[in-house]
Amino acid sequence: MLLGVAPFGLITGVAMVASGIPAAMAVLMSITVFAGASMIASAQLLGSGTPVLLVLFATLFINLRFMMYSASMRPHFAHAPLRWRLAVGYLVADNVCGLSLGRFADHPEDPAKLEFFLGVGLVIWIVWQLAAAAGAAIGAGLPAAWRLEFAAPLAFIAMSVPFIRDRAMLAAALASGVTVVLAHGLPLRLAVPLAALTGIGAGLALRK
Amino acid sequence: MSLWAAMIGMTLVTFALRASFLLLPPGVETPEVVRRGLRYVPAAVLTAIWAPELVFHGNDLQFSLENERLLAGAVAIAVAWRTRLTFATIISGLVALHLFAWLI
Repeated sequence: MLLGVAPFGLITGVAMVASGIPAAMAVLMSITVFAGASMIASAQLLGSGTPVLLVLFATLFINLRFMMYSASMRPHFAHAPLRWRLAVGYLVADNVCGLSLGRFADHPEDPAKLEFFLGVGLVIWIVWQLAAAAGAAIGAGLPAAWRLEFAAPLAFIAMSVPFIRDRAMLAAALASGVTVVLAHGLPLRLAVPLAALTGIGAGLALRK
Repeated sequence: MSLWAAMIGMTLVTFALRASFLLLPPGVETPEVVRRGLRYVPAAVLTAIWAPELVFHGNDLQFSLENERLLAGAVAIAVAWRTRLTFATIISGLVALHLFAWLI
């Protein structure tokens, strides 16, 4: 897992600076927002002069999956004190939740779930921040011929494909992929939310 | 200025999504359809982000075997499917991209 966090953090830092975000701002954003996919997309949108409200709308859709993670963490942490639930909330991310859900499924009665989640979250957070800061520092210094910008979609492929474990999930991904390509010409970057809704609908329709 | 507004807004939006269900009082039940629908969000949203990067060059649809990004993406999907490893997926996809670009 950590092997995946470092390159993705690095790419995010590089991509943000390459889109015109100052390096210090990229580091600050990485700490406050802490969501790579949405930061790469938003940096590109901001770089091309998209209004802030639209950038926030894109962020909302790209990070909607955190709400799903939040819901899946709730049964484990519903009775923890508020300050720890806030800490868990801040650390909710693809790999942190992936690792924790796997562990909780194997050890449902583990009394130290909170410690496990916070430990994994903290390690991943530190690795991520160091990698993103390194990426922001390198910035546009990497040769364009390496085509490292392609690492961003590759990281998203790596995150999404493991979710596909049954027919309904495959339908959700396929419907979303086809829709986003067909709807590419729509204004206001509406293709992504439209594709997401179509994918969710397809998954719900095909579920057992 | 708009950069600061974007950052503050993104921080609030993202934290609200993450903390959402964790901050609900213990007694509150999540509606079944919401829970079911949320299951499909990661697969649907993440796919919508990467799919255009493989087939579009600007606004041109390039759905052909001469598009090295599409071919490299197919390799990465296969590797992600088999290994479930982020690092292996990124490296194999980048290697495939350069290999196909050189071949085509």
